[in-house]
Amino acid sequence: MSATRADSIGATDRPMEGLGVYNLKLGMWVFLLSEVMFFASLIGAYIVLRFANPEQWAEPGAVLNVPLTAFNTFMLICSSVTMVKAFAAIEHGDQRGLRRWLLATVVLGAAFVSIQVFEYIELAHHGFVPMVSQYAAEGGPLYGATFYTLTGFHGAHVTIGVLALIFTAVKAFRGGYSEYDYGGVEIVGLYWHFVDLVWIILFTIVYLI
Amino acid sequence: MTTTATTAERVPNVSVQHWAEPGHEDDRSFWRKYVFSTDHKVIGSQFLFLSLFFLFVGGALAMMMRWQLGFPGEPMPGGGVFGQAKAVQGILLPEFYNSLVTMHGTFMIFFAIMPLLVGVFGNWLIPLHVGAADMAFPRLNMASFWTAVPAGVLMLASFWVTGGAAGAGWTAYPPLSAVPEFSGVSMGQKLWCVSIAVLGFSSLMGAVNYITTIVNMRAPGLGWMRLSLPVWALFITAILILLAIPVLTGAAILLLFDQTIGTAFFLPEAGGQPLLWQHLFWYFGHPEVYILILPAMGIASEVIANGSRKPIFGYRFMVAAIVTIAFLGWIVWGHHMFQSGMNPLLGTSFMFSTMVIAVPSAIKTFNWLGTMWRGDLHFHVPMLNAVAFVAMFIIGGLSGIFMASTPIDIYIHDTYFIVAHLHYVLFGGSLFAIFAGIYFWFPKFFGKMLNPTLGKIHFWTSFVFFNLVFFPMHNIGLKGHMRRIYDPTQYEWLAEIQPMNTFMSVSAFLLGTAQLLFLANIVWSLWKGEDAPPNPWKANTLEWSIPSPAPHGNFEEMPTVYRGPYEYSAPEREEDHWPMGEPGPGEERPPPEEQRRKEAAG
Amino acid sequence: MDWSWFLPDPVSTFGGEIDTLYYWILGITGFIFVVTEAVLVWFVFRYRHKEGRRAHYSHGNKRLEIVWTVIPFLIVVGISWASTEVWMEVKAADRVPAVEADLPLRVAAKQFEWNVTYPGPDGEFDTGDEFVKRNQLHIPVGRTVRIDLTSEDVIHSFFLPDFRVKQDAVPGMVIPVWFQATETGEYPLACAELCGLGHYRMRAQVTVHEVEEFERWLATETGAAGVEPGTAPAPADTARIETGQGDGDGEAASAPAGDEDSGKGGDRA
Repeated sequence: MSATRADSIGATDRPMEGLGVYNLKLGMWVFLLSEVMFFASLIGAYIVLRFANPEQWAEPGAVLNVPLTAFNTFMLICSSVTMVKAFAAIEHGDQRGLRRWLLATVVLGAAFVSIQVFEYIELAHHGFVPMVSQYAAEGGPLYGATFYTLTGFHGAHVTIGVLALIFTAVKAFRGGYSEYDYGGVEIVGLYWHFVDLVWIILFTIVYLI
Repeated sequence: MTTTATTAERVPNVSVQHWAEPGHEDDRSFWRKYVFSTDHKVIGSQFLFLSLFFLFVGGALAMMMRWQLGFPGEPMPGGGVFGQAKAVQGILLPEFYNSLVTMHGTFMIFFAIMPLLVGVFGNWLIPLHVGAADMAFPRLNMASFWTAVPAGVLMLASFWVTGGAAGAGWTAYPPLSAVPEFSGVSMGQKLWCVSIAVLGFSSLMGAVNYITTIVNMRAPGLGWMRLSLPVWALFITAILILLAIPVLTGAAILLLFDQTIGTAFFLPEAGGQPLLWQHLFWYFGHPEVYILILPAMGIASEVIANGSRKPIFGYRFMVAAIVTIAFLGWIVWGHHMFQSGMNPLLGTSFMFSTMVIAVPSAIKTFNWLGTMWRGDLHFHVPMLNAVAFVAMFIIGGLSGIFMASTPIDIYIHDTYFIVAHLHYVLFGGSLFAIFAGIYFWFPKFFGKMLNPTLGKIHFWTSFVFFNLVFFPMHNIGLKGHMRRIYDPTQYEWLAEIQPMNTFMSVSAFLLGTAQLLFLANIVWSLWKGEDAPPNPWKANTLEWSIPSPAPHGNFEEMPTVYRGPYEYSAPEREEDHWPMGEPGPGEERPPPEEQRRKEAAG
Repeated sequence: MDWSWFLPDPVSTFGGEIDTLYYWILGITGFIFVVTEAVLVWFVFRYRHKEGRRAHYSHGNKRLEIVWTVIPFLIVVGISWASTEVWMEVKAADRVPAVEADLPLRVAAKQFEWNVTYPGPDGEFDTGDEFVKRNQLHIPVGRTVRIDLTSEDVIHSFFLPDFRVKQDAVPGMVIPVWFQATETGEYPLACAELCGLGHYRMRAQVTVHEVEEFERWLATETGAAGVEPGTAPAPADTARIETGQGDGDGEAASAPAGDEDSGKGGDRA
């Protein structure tokens, strides 16, 4: 961020008026608010369509593989724990801990995405697709369309999160963070926890109810 | 790093800005300076040229619509260039007319007024008004602009794809917008969705930046109740953008799926709901209306206080009104849907919330009048435009009451009365405030004054012709003239009032021509204009304390703020303005940076 | 050139109430408009800069703020209150006449025409004697008409300006609309929601007959049509129609005078 003077960590002992939270962290929180609205619009559409067409939804578990996804959910929750560990490590300047826990988070996140892709392929084989014209599974096409939209956009968020984690891990292996400068780890963590939280909501309404 | 233990070292991750040594040389290359610049002022100016371009594109589309409405069935001069698919021997075809309607609305709202208010003034003003060296995330800011460009290019390009540009209205109601067989437009409608989604990212990056900068980077002494009203308005607007735009993006993506992969979110035959789109769209769309007016109100407040040489009347009430409008803006979206088949009981509750929004709007209007009361009014060009803003906003606000009243809306919904109302708010309101803002701040960013004589001619012609175009729209709307109609003479009762249409069309051509004066003024002033002094309007906010054009990095060191932005004509001072950064009697400036550093090191 | 702010004469029972409300709002907003703009113009001249003038240093006045918060609030609440009554009378579900109303009709909009299904002399649907008229709405004066409105393709809007009736026709929904004509005559029916390239000429004719004349018309039509049962489009049936914009276009071009007997339903208005 040396492109302008505005970003270089500089020299003044007069603090600005503000929240006392550093900009990156505040910016990430603000961004996550808009993400809340994005998922809210998709979930809102899901609820409206489902209430209008209950007959298009199959019984929970009839089409979707709930045990597999439950396992996947468990992994994602674990990845939040490892993320917290990574952050706690660097807060105390523990470089090795940071690297180890970041790697664990990357592995868990990547596994989640892989299992989701596997699940998609399986479902598509059974005719559970978003297209109206090719839908052949139990329930109706809106079931398929909302399922893929909700889980797909979440999956895309996880994928972006994994990429960001890989970037963070690479920087961590190069010693890019310290107990005085761990902002990058913290904001990736915030994003990761948010994605995790969204999944718990989606898992509940899409798979369990 | 400096020799002292700075805040940054003691407290991890607290952002601090670095203030340059005086005489710092700007050694950036041409590309970093003017094209891929991270400087908020340059990005603001880039947004200015981009959105002025789209303003004129949108205006040109309006001229073509007015030709067809004023002279239906007659070949448009120069209409031959569009080819047989759009205009047969210069006579516009109905499908092309629908594209014009759609793209006029889309360009004006998403690519002209919104970037003018938010992209231009947000970037220009926020860091300067809060006393920061730049935005919180300068590179994100640059990305915001360079995301808006491809979105605009995609939207514009859709005119040249097979089937032409989107033709389902800027509101893109499905099934018309979702099924190519219904609208005759396939690719154009998809590009519309993609472009809107891409533009959403641009707006989002801007909003994150604005909010972070305003919350976290205010200069010492600049408490919330000392913020300038444009910054307050932009802050609240950024929150609206942050929360509303993702809903539109989500809806546009669902619509795109309906168009491309064959889902049926909004298509009834497989259980989808056309009204779901309307709810999602207007849930975004009504906050959007306030995104398009709140910053304009902020600019008008700034200019009117300056032109009246008086503190803004009821500052706290002005802030409260902005916040109230923004809050109420979330619970009124249903008033666009009174006749849509929505439950009539819901209509009643939406009517009440809509009506209540008139209250903060009235507070703002009366406070502007209060600011002018017993003032010392200087009618420079920005002030003329700002006063016109108030006058036109009164009309646009009052005509809104008619639509808000559900029974009246039965009759005037989707008629020209609505077209009159929205143009009184968006053109008479927002655009006049934008003119005021551009005339006011142009000197600070380009170092040249805009020519005042040309400015006055531009103002008066715009003001007169604007009213001649849009005021009669109330009258024809009350006759039942539907909007988005290609050829009104198809109806006997509309054929009778066709002279009104012709009159409005001629006025519209003159209004359009008058805008060329504005363009000419910008070009001429950039080239040969008078050099701008640092503070040509004797204004108080921080940007006027530094040279014109504002240098890269803004302030030489972090300013200190001693008072609010509207301390005009204070009795204890001889001058009639009192800059925010100037210490009053008994107040002392903190010692310069260098000295403090030495002391700390010493 | 017609600069009037008057509405065309209403010809439905609730038209007059809507208009009265409109004139009230016009009076109130007109008064506020004149006063505020006059004050603005007066200030512009009165406080114009002169040599030696200095602005009055004031940050506002709390009492004034409260006054101009409370008064507009009372005005808009009053307008809302008055509006609610009229609105509920026109649109509330319990005010819509039952399907067994005086004259139940089904209107199905499609690009770019209005298909009106009449129940036949028995006043009931699905009995085999209903018939469809394209772009012609015949109704008797002084009797309540209930219309089940739907659309077969995109969203249209059923707009009868003289009756102060407007209701979107949404595919997949059947929305009831009612009104009662107070005068005989011929009136326009227009589409008010952008529905495609033929939107601008998606119009039909409303003919309001005297009651006996309407009965006669109904009888002739039933006989003439010799209707085959089941040809009427059921409003709930929203299968996508085969009409591309091509043929819908061609048909609508010959719109209101299209049917052979359109000149017949004479009226004395």
